[in-house]
Amino acid sequence: MFRFRLDGSSGVPPYLQLVHQVRQSLLLGYLREGDRLPTVKDVAGDLAINPNTVVKAYRQLEHEGLAGGRPGQGTFITATSSPTLPEAQQALRASLEEWLRAAEEAGLSSEEITALIAVARHDLKKERV
Amino acid sequence: MIQNDPGTSPPALRTDQLGRRYGRVWGLRDCTLEVPAGAITGLVGPNGAGKTTLLEMIIGLLQPTEGQLAVFGETSHAPMAARLARVGYVAQDHPLYRDFTVADMFHLGRAMNPSWDQELAQARMGALDIPLKRKVKALSGGQRAQVSLTMALAKRAPLLVLDEPVSSLDPVARLEFMREVMAAAADTGLTVLIASHVVSELERLCDWLIVLTGGHVQLAGPTDDLIAAHRILTVPRATPDAELPGLIIHRTDSDRHSTVLVRADPARLAARQHPGWQADPVGFEQLVMAYLQRPSKTARDDTAQAAARPGPATKAVTR
Repeated sequence: MFRFRLDGSSGVPPYLQLVHQVRQSLLLGYLREGDRLPTVKDVAGDLAINPNTVVKAYRQLEHEGLAGGRPGQGTFITATSSPTLPEAQQALRASLEEWLRAAEEAGLSSEEITALIAVARHDLKKERV
Repeated sequence: MIQNDPGTSPPALRTDQLGRRYGRVWGLRDCTLEVPAGAITGLVGPNGAGKTTLLEMIIGLLQPTEGQLAVFGETSHAPMAARLARVGYVAQDHPLYRDFTVADMFHLGRAMNPSWDQELAQARMGALDIPLKRKVKALSGGQRAQVSLTMALAKRAPLLVLDEPVSSLDPVARLEFMREVMAAAADTGLTVLIASHVVSELERLCDWLIVLTGGHVQLAGPTDDLIAAHRILTVPRATPDAELPGLIIHRTDSDRHSTVLVRADPARLAARQHPGWQADPVGFEQLVMAYLQRPSKTARDDTAQAAARPGPATKAVTR
C-alpha cells in the first residue's frame, strides 16, 4: 500500500504535498493504474493530519484525472501513464544534466544552482501573468 | 440572541457577543464565532488571552457574564446534563485518579455518562497496549494522555475539546496522541477544538483557526480562506501605509524596503498590484505569528476606554 509522508518545514500546504507525492510516484512508476490509495482515516491517523486535508487532496487528484473514488471501496489510481511522454522526458533530462555540469564547471554551489532555478521559474511565471 | 433554524442542523459551536468577567477584569469579551460540525479548529493565543475562559464556557464549567453560547444548538441555559453530553474534554494535565486502574477509570466513565461506549474504550487500550489492570500512577505521560483521550472519546460526544493536550508530552508521545485524535475525527466526523501554543504543529491539524489576544477574537474562519485573504507585500521603504491595499496587520521596515502583511479581498489585492511591489502568499505560521504580535485592543481596556477606542480595525478582522 502506498504511504504518504509530510514535511512540516517545507512551506508547501499539506494537501499539495500529498498531491505532489502521487504525481511524482506516477512519474517514477511507483504508482500504477488500479492501485488503491490508503483510506482517509489511514492517512489521517498515519501522518497526524486533518482528514479534511486528505479529502481535499483526493478531490484534487480526481479533478486532475489521476485518481477516482469507487463507492464503498476507496480511491484508486486511474491515470494510465505519466503525463509527459518518456522520450520527451529523457531529452529534457539530458539537457538538464548538461546544464547542471556547465553550472558546476562555472563554480556554482549546489545552493546557488537551486536559487538560480527558483529565480528563473519565478520570472517565467511572472511573464505568463 | 441565538435561535436555531429548524430546517438546518445547528453548527457545532456558535457564540454571540460572548463575554466573561472576573471581578472587574474581562477575561473574554465581544466574542462572536461560528464553527461548523466536522471542523478541526485550532485555538491560538498567548497566556491570558482568554482561551481557557472560552473553553471552560464551552464545556460548561463557567457561565457567561454576557452574550450567548450554543454547542450543537444547546445554549448555556439548557440543563447541565444536556450540555455536558455534547462535549468531551481533555484538560492540559490529563487529570485522572492516580490510585485507580485504567479499568476503574472506565467504570467511573460508564457511571457518569449514559452514552458511554465501553467497547470502544477497551478496544483503544488494546490497540495501544495499555493494560486495563495497570494503575494510573504507573502509566507514562503519553499513556495517561491516551487514557484521558479515550475517556473523552468513549463519551461519544460530538465535540471534542482539547486544552493544550500535548504540552507536557515528548515529541513521539505528541505525535501518537495527535494521530489518535485525527483518526477518531476521520472515523466519526467528530468536531475538534484544540487550544495549543505549538503553532507549527497546528497547520497539519486544523482546517479552522481562531486567534485570541487580550480577550478578543482577532481572526476566525476557515484556514484556507484566511490565508487567501492575506498577502506579504515587499514594497519600497518610503511607501506610506495609506497607499497599501487592505488592512495592515504587520509591517517590518528594513533600510530600503518594507515587508508588510496585509489583509484584503483577493480580487482587490490583484487590482491594486503595483509594478514595483512584490506580493507573495503568506504561510500558516507566519500569519498566526503576525496576529499574535499585533498590538490589539484588549478586553481590559474596555472598562476605561470603551468610548475612546471604537476599534474599527479589530472589527474588520473578526468578520
